[in-house]
Amino acid sequence: MKPSKNVGILGYGGYIPVYRVKTSEIARIWGRDDDYLQAEEVAVASMDEDSVTMAVEAARYALKRAKVNPEEIGAIYIGSESKPYAVKSSGTIVAEAIGASPNITAADFEFACKGGTEALQTCIGLVAARMIKYGLAIGVDTAQAAPADELEYTVACGGAAFLVGPKTENTIAYFEGSTSYVTDTPDFWRRAEEPYPSHAGRFTGEPAYFRHIINAAKNLMDELGYKPEDFDYAVFHQPNFKFPVRAGLMLGFTRKQLEPGLLIPSLGNAYAGSALLGLVAVLDVAKPGERILLASYGSGSGSDAFSIVVQNNPSKGNPTPFISRLLSRKKYIDYAEYAKYRRKIVF
Amino acid sequence: MRRVAVVGVGCTKVGELWDKSLKDLVVESATKALDDAGIDNIDVVYVGNALAQILQNQSNLGSLVADCLGFEGIPAISVEAADASGSLAFHEAYKAVKFGWADKVLVVGVEKMSDSSSEEVSKALMTFEDQDYVAFTGITQAGIHALLLKFYMEKFGVKHEDIAMFAVEAHKKASKNPYAQFRNLIKLEDIFRSPVVADPLRLLEHTTLADGSASLILCPLEEAKKLKLQPIEVLASSTATDRFFLHERADMLTFNSTVKAAEKAFKEAKISRDQIDVVETHDSSTILGVISLEDLGFVEKGKGANFVVEGNITIDGRLPTNTMGGLKGRGHPLGATGVYQLVEVVWQLRGEAGENQVKNVKVGLTHTVGGVGSFASVNILGCLG
Repeated sequence: MKPSKNVGILGYGGYIPVYRVKTSEIARIWGRDDDYLQAEEVAVASMDEDSVTMAVEAARYALKRAKVNPEEIGAIYIGSESKPYAVKSSGTIVAEAIGASPNITAADFEFACKGGTEALQTCIGLVAARMIKYGLAIGVDTAQAAPADELEYTVACGGAAFLVGPKTENTIAYFEGSTSYVTDTPDFWRRAEEPYPSHAGRFTGEPAYFRHIINAAKNLMDELGYKPEDFDYAVFHQPNFKFPVRAGLMLGFTRKQLEPGLLIPSLGNAYAGSALLGLVAVLDVAKPGERILLASYGSGSGSDAFSIVVQNNPSKGNPTPFISRLLSRKKYIDYAEYAKYRRKIVF
Repeated sequence: MRRVAVVGVGCTKVGELWDKSLKDLVVESATKALDDAGIDNIDVVYVGNALAQILQNQSNLGSLVADCLGFEGIPAISVEAADASGSLAFHEAYKAVKFGWADKVLVVGVEKMSDSSSEEVSKALMTFEDQDYVAFTGITQAGIHALLLKFYMEKFGVKHEDIAMFAVEAHKKASKNPYAQFRNLIKLEDIFRSPVVADPLRLLEHTTLADGSASLILCPLEEAKKLKLQPIEVLASSTATDRFFLHERADMLTFNSTVKAAEKAFKEAKISRDQIDVVETHDSSTILGVISLEDLGFVEKGKGANFVVEGNITIDGRLPTNTMGGLKGRGHPLGATGVYQLVEVVWQLRGEAGENQVKNVKVGLTHTVGGVGSFASVNILGCLG
């Protein structure tokens, strides 16, 4: 899918909470082997943080970088699996917090870990149709995992926001096109009223993650006439370390193209924020003229792939913290504090 | 009593076949076997399956299989003997032809495991053992194999590395079997880098979830001679049990079910062990592969691992064993496994085993274990002219 008019990223921001728990600490509690771990540590939201507060932090960074008047925003869409309200749009809270006008469209997107890229795709469409001037797309999560579940060794908290608008000489990067690949593949789900997701073990791999990401990325490259070597970076959804690396290598990318956006070892999997935080990390180091492939994955299942070209040096004059700084700004907590912060202790 | 022959074989690839149902698997393998035999009707079907009642909530498999293959009004028999279900189905089918009850018999082994979680399958696998005194402890099949491995190493002073060679050898052969689940080569260091599933047993020493179906057609040898392919004679088919509780056996490292089934089979076939050209045995873990070779009488107790290390079970070794990868390499779709073994021996006897073909094969043996040795089946096939 190519936008009918050029659309770009004017500002972006990532947010990672300050607390970390070592996955070896989680393994210690459950008596698991250390060599089983896919991430070294995971980011944990504090007691007074949730998906909305983290979305606000990321959105404020994006606005600061874009130097855009928030009243000019026409749409705020948030993709998340952990919105605080089952019924009440998170977008309304974020809109008020960042000073957007009431004359906007706002909604929450749910497509497991790809809600954020769905939001991004929708904003691109609205801007390309010139129905809105600017759109704010956010992917954010306080990712849930049942105690002792395999997911608990990777789930993390964090999110990223992208301010999308018409491509001008000032846009940081612009979109060349995107594709989506969606099927009814129930590999991971959470029913209403359930606190933690269920998943189908190994079924989440080959028929789910790999099939969808590879099809979406291949379709995108076919549509745009690109090969893996035409890209400088490739960023994939990161549920663990193995999957994005294997998907990248299967598609023909090199480890060098994958490494800058691979945050899982020091961040964990922030669900709807995972791939988008990887994109933020890449934009922090990318140079004008470089091309990025982004492919998210949402269980259930689907993948959105984007081709993004960097236009202006993203790091130049950046008034907000780089991802590397947010990753190194940390305080370690033990499992007891982790359980308290993530509300795993229920009275 | 009539002499019995295998006249058609077929199987699916083994693996996590996400897009194939239990029925899809049956239709694929049975159709291949019928085509291979050049026939389009049968008198009776025997189905071997271990866990469909638990994993698919599906029973009444005999009728289901007959119906999805388009056979109406025929007898259909479903049998279960844990992971030896396919072998028991074959044994019953063999008797039906031998004693003149049926002329054209289809044997289908099938298992669909990948739709269930590892936890669900682990629990289901423990239905092979006693529920009141064994399963309730929470031990898994891998846990029992791990205890046997530990005990074996201690009793015979055998190194773990030597026992683990069984898996290295399995992957080597499976790498050249287009139907195998694991076609990657592994080294000893890969095994010892893989996670411990139950101390000291490593992940790469044990089979995992697999889907698959294998089928074959039996008929009287005299009738078989009129069909298009070279008939393979069933020289013997036997089954036997051991004490159900592993801990009540006089020697936990000897499965008397295997010993007795092998004795009966060699007696029925009227051949000796040194006449066996290929063996397909039950290596659901490395230690079971070693114990099986010993219990079948091919190697002295305690010397099985060394027998493997010395290169005796390679394709050009003294006793080519698990020539298409065995349970570890080809995969272990429980109730289908015994039929896969028979299909593979038929390929060897016909000279159709591709890159894994053993030279001048005249007689082959299959051996399948149900549970941890409470049941065993031994079959001997040959083309002695």
